Amino acid sequence: MTFVAQTLTVNGAKVALNRGGAGEPLLFLHGADGLTEWPEILDDLAQHYDVIVPDLPGFGLSEAPSFVDDISDVAYLLMDMLEQMDLRGVRVVGHSLGGWAGLEMAVRSCARIHSLALIAPAGIHVKGSPKADIYMIDPDEQARIAYADPELGAAAAARALVSKHQNQAILNRIASARLGWNPRLYNPRLERWLHRVSAPVLILWGDADRIIPPIYSQAFGALMPGAKRVTVAHAGHLPHVEKRAEVHALLQDFLRG
Amino acid sequence: MKVTSFNLMSYADIDLGVKDKFKSAWVLLPNSYFDPVKGHALYNRYLDELELADELGFDGVAVNEHHQTAYGLMPSPVVTASALARRTKRCRIAILGNAFCLRENPVTLAEEHAMIDVITGGRLISGFVRGVGTEYFSLGANPVHSLERHKEAAELVVRAWTQTGPFAFEGKHFNIPYVNLWPRPFQQPHPPIWCPSQGSLETIEWAAHPDRKFVYLQNYSPRDSVGRYLDMYRDIARRKYGYEAASDRIGWGAPVYVGETDEQAVNEARPHIEALFNVLLPKASELMFFPPGYMSPESLAHILKHKKANSGGVTIESLMARGIIIVGSPDTVRKQIMDNHRDMGFQELVTMLTFGTMPADMSEANIRRFAREVMPALQPLTDREYRGFEPALA
Repeated sequence: MTFVAQTLTVNGAKVALNRGGAGEPLLFLHGADGLTEWPEILDDLAQHYDVIVPDLPGFGLSEAPSFVDDISDVAYLLMDMLEQMDLRGVRVVGHSLGGWAGLEMAVRSCARIHSLALIAPAGIHVKGSPKADIYMIDPDEQARIAYADPELGAAAAARALVSKHQNQAILNRIASARLGWNPRLYNPRLERWLHRVSAPVLILWGDADRIIPPIYSQAFGALMPGAKRVTVAHAGHLPHVEKRAEVHALLQDFLRG
Repeated sequence: MKVTSFNLMSYADIDLGVKDKFKSAWVLLPNSYFDPVKGHALYNRYLDELELADELGFDGVAVNEHHQTAYGLMPSPVVTASALARRTKRCRIAILGNAFCLRENPVTLAEEHAMIDVITGGRLISGFVRGVGTEYFSLGANPVHSLERHKEAAELVVRAWTQTGPFAFEGKHFNIPYVNLWPRPFQQPHPPIWCPSQGSLETIEWAAHPDRKFVYLQNYSPRDSVGRYLDMYRDIARRKYGYEAASDRIGWGAPVYVGETDEQAVNEARPHIEALFNVLLPKASELMFFPPGYMSPESLAHILKHKKANSGGVTIESLMARGIIIVGSPDTVRKQIMDNHRDMGFQELVTMLTFGTMPADMSEANIRRFAREVMPALQPLTDREYRGFEPALA
């Protein structure tokens, strides 16, 4: 599937995005590593949807505007973007940091959101169960522990050391730290408003996730009793990469509804 | 030249095996490895050594700030500087430095520095630093905002020291409705401000600005980079700001060990300097010292690419050859420092005469030998012995 690169100006800020496929709109929000590695599941989804994949502020080719200090600014920027593009009935698929951004949008308004599929989302904290400190471990180590399969992890670690990835990865880390350094990748005030998410929610989690442990799936379940939760076996923090076909089938099933 | 005795206050009783077990003496080394009884002895010994420096005629004594590490036991240099305030009589007391930007409200530190300055009748030197990367893990501050907060905190502190209050400080990171320091500092307009660094163009441009003219202190660096960065200060002052930087704005800091002979000095210093560089200094990951946003993306890319940051395996010979440390007989040490002064012209020298695992008797002997046999030749040095600034070399 061919994706086309575009640049929008939203609220004065340059937002780079890739768009491909046709159908109802689907907004994919990437995780803390940005789109240094393109998830091929997006090509699968573009067989059925109009898939819109922005670089979040400061990531990839999107600028880091001075008005983005935290995740709430990101949420409002994305909401401005959906308005500007006049998208309605948007399927939001968010991974990790992007799942957090999706939830921050959804507690503000689900008027343009059809449904939310969240893959190992950040955004909340479970006392006594820290996430991996992605700001302390080196990028290659982080890439290694993102996978359940040690061979996939080793290959990802080797790729993380290639310098063409490294320069972009550094900018992405700065963009991620701006939003997630303190407190680490969550907003203490998000969970008190999760009841405002009126769209259907699917939560997917790899059973061997070492970045955000699977106990977070249960915690989201307790906060959003209406959410459908599915555990993906033999998958780490990137189930949509590691178990692409299985996760694609799960997403298709949910997003059709 | 003014000569200062700096004490890092390392946990000298460190179990050298922690390097293999925990990779780093920073942030992650369990504090069960700190023995408070030994710590009691160490703090008092280190303070004794600084008081001795005052008695022996050093122009200054210096302390600094590090958090959650065996590398240096001063999470608050204000505490050690306060202890020295009443026990030293004539020397300057330099806090090199305090990370004002790591505090929620930097005014608390500005108040404490003002107290020390008033108690000592104006003997305080105040160092402004961002803190090394690990402090951002220990204290939670976001490294992405480090430079912005550093500059804003410095503006806040200088205004708090100099401007009649109450006034409101309205910044991006700090918004304080009432700033009105009681006491305000003894020295007018404010205590001297130093910027200790391991080499940063941005820091030099900021420090050398005509509104600041802060002292730039290059620490822990190979001789070549010391020369390059100190010349950069003079070059930026001249070319960017149009004034000639005074040599008393420029300082160099290094570990120094004086033995009876060259050979004896190397043998004595070796285990202690190697413990400092190979056990106390290394980190568990590159990002632990250089968290995202702490430095420019280009600099971080360079570090990650070369994995050049120290992870151990350093020898005293390599440190000496690169001019990071000065070790030898009194003649050797005196000559090397005087040669460096002739080439670089710094009027501030900060010596680290106690380092790593060095025992008390060796530290004291080093301090006394330096004060007796080296320092008297250094203190009279002025710009007359400096070969002068040659911009072509900058």
